[in-house]
Amino acid sequence: MGSRASTLLREEEIEEIKKETGFSHSQITRLYSRFTSLDKGENGTLSREDFQRIPELAINPLGDRIINAFFPEGLDREDQVNFRGFMRTLAHFRPIEDNEKNKDPTASEPLNSRTNKLLFAFRLYDLDRDDKISRDELLQVLRMMVGVNISDEQLGSIADRTIQEADQNGDNSISFNEFIKVLEKVDVEQKMSIRFLH
Amino acid sequence: MGWLLPFDNLLCMALGISFTVWFTSLLVFIIVPAILGVSFGIRKLYMNSLLKIFEWATLRMERGAKEKNQHLYKPYSNGIIAKEMSTLEQEIQELRSSSTTLSSEPEFEMADIMSFCRRGVESIVDDEVTKRFSAEELESWNLLTRSNYNFRHISLRLSVLWGLGLLIRYSFLLPLRITLAATGIGLLVVLTTIVGFLPSGRYKIHMMCYRICVRALTAIITYHNSENKPKNGGICVANHTTPIDVIILANDGCYSMVGQVHGGLIGVVQRAMVKSSPHIWFERSEVKDRHLVAKMLSNHVADKTNHPILIFPEGTCINNTSVMMFKKGSFEIGCTVYPVAIKYDPRFGDAFWNSGKFGMVSYLLRMMSSWAIVCSVWYLPPVNREEGEDAVQFANRVKAAIARQGGLVDLLWDGGLKRGKVKDTFREEQQKLYSKVLVGDQEDQAEDRPLEFSTLRGVVLVKTIS
Repeated sequence: MGSRASTLLREEEIEEIKKETGFSHSQITRLYSRFTSLDKGENGTLSREDFQRIPELAINPLGDRIINAFFPEGLDREDQVNFRGFMRTLAHFRPIEDNEKNKDPTASEPLNSRTNKLLFAFRLYDLDRDDKISRDELLQVLRMMVGVNISDEQLGSIADRTIQEADQNGDNSISFNEFIKVLEKVDVEQKMSIRFLH
Repeated sequence: MGWLLPFDNLLCMALGISFTVWFTSLLVFIIVPAILGVSFGIRKLYMNSLLKIFEWATLRMERGAKEKNQHLYKPYSNGIIAKEMSTLEQEIQELRSSSTTLSSEPEFEMADIMSFCRRGVESIVDDEVTKRFSAEELESWNLLTRSNYNFRHISLRLSVLWGLGLLIRYSFLLPLRITLAATGIGLLVVLTTIVGFLPSGRYKIHMMCYRICVRALTAIITYHNSENKPKNGGICVANHTTPIDVIILANDGCYSMVGQVHGGLIGVVQRAMVKSSPHIWFERSEVKDRHLVAKMLSNHVADKTNHPILIFPEGTCINNTSVMMFKKGSFEIGCTVYPVAIKYDPRFGDAFWNSGKFGMVSYLLRMMSSWAIVCSVWYLPPVNREEGEDAVQFANRVKAAIARQGGLVDLLWDGGLKRGKVKDTFREEQQKLYSKVLVGDQEDQAEDRPLEFSTLRGVVLVKTIS
């Protein structure tokens, strides 16, 4: 239920997560409570089944791709994600605050920067993690989004047109830089941010 | 060992006397008033004093946390995140309208994936359904470690109070309540068996036994709008939080229960209950046959001398913060429906039965060792199915009324999601909606294109969407 929440999460761990992700103390404790309530096996990690138990995620056409983003290692069925990994992935969705832009430029890029948000979205398309979106991968993702409601030919032409517009080096696939170029006018900060309450 | 004997005698006498005194006072103060339906107001007094103590305890904890400069964990009763109110389609349409091309080709943007993604992650952080299947989190502390996340040694006084509370609850209240419960159930079984031998007639034995059981749980119930109490020949529907709901409602009126036949103690009670008034108990195999169930229910309500049937259309226990989908079976029968809203006050002990986590016996022990069970029952005005309304719409209308009265969230999700997976049809609906955004609605296309174009489009669209 959450009754073990604050006892299992030590202060040092909270501080480390704070530094890595930028979440506040209370946000981290609340998210830990959420993590434990999803963890039905009570072993401190979440499996894919734990995510699929959320009905609103199960009906999302890209639900499986989103769940996959939490498991960076591989496509192994036995994968588990611990709380650190969970927070690291969620950190991508923190809104970008203005004062962060003026921070120490030599520090590594925060997880919720515009580039990292775009990388997250790029990886949703890139099924085999080879840093390129091929026509095949685009078709598969499109098929997930539309189900049976659009024909193969139409879907194929959509994919062709999209790659044509984005591809600049002529290799018939979209690299990350080409992806960034296509989306340069899109308000990524707003679309890929979740308003966390204190 | 001779010197032990007189001491032994003394001990026996002391035990005998205290037991007699205890049992007599039990009889006088609790059982007899229960049978007669009279109340001394002891429970209300108990409740008010407890509330004052809880407030003090919470303030003390907050003060203690500030002094030590620690963070106090506040449950996320206001939500972890603020969600967008627009639908996925609206969001994606906004992206489209910003572009000036009026192409008739399906418009796909690579950024579309971001809307799906964000909504998915939002549901991972906070969704409407999974949190309904575990107990509600409290703002203030009620001196039970089971509902506390902050119990560290804040102050000596607080710990002493908690220890005292523990002592009172487990060594005084719990045995008292178990005795009462045993008496209540025992009386129910014995008396209904006796009644079975007497010439047929209805005897209000149930009410008496339920009253004893209510005191066994120290349930403090407030009934509102008793003029709307369910009458014979109707169906009473209520939101379901715990099996104790039955005792709470039956305390104030006679109902016929519906349910599966169980074995063991519950089976004995079920058989005993049937002897004094009709109830509808199904064999496990019969439950699947919906027509049979409907027929038995209709037969029961057709006889106007039968008590109203008590049904919980959610089909499973929900944690009393929301009302989930009502199964339409009971709304198809075509008689008057009496909605009832039950809302528990979680400060005195959370009544929700998390059947995955606790079995029935450990649940009852937890109930009997919490402070009290405080709840409000509202009898809503009776409703009938209106013209042109089908069973599902009727069920939703009743559900909305119950949710409004009890201050609960009205959800369309099925309570069966506690154990089962969501149906694929919902995902397919989402896919269909997005496809509409991509290729546009058939009607949209036909409106603003010249005639020959529209027929061409129409053919293409029919081929792709059908």
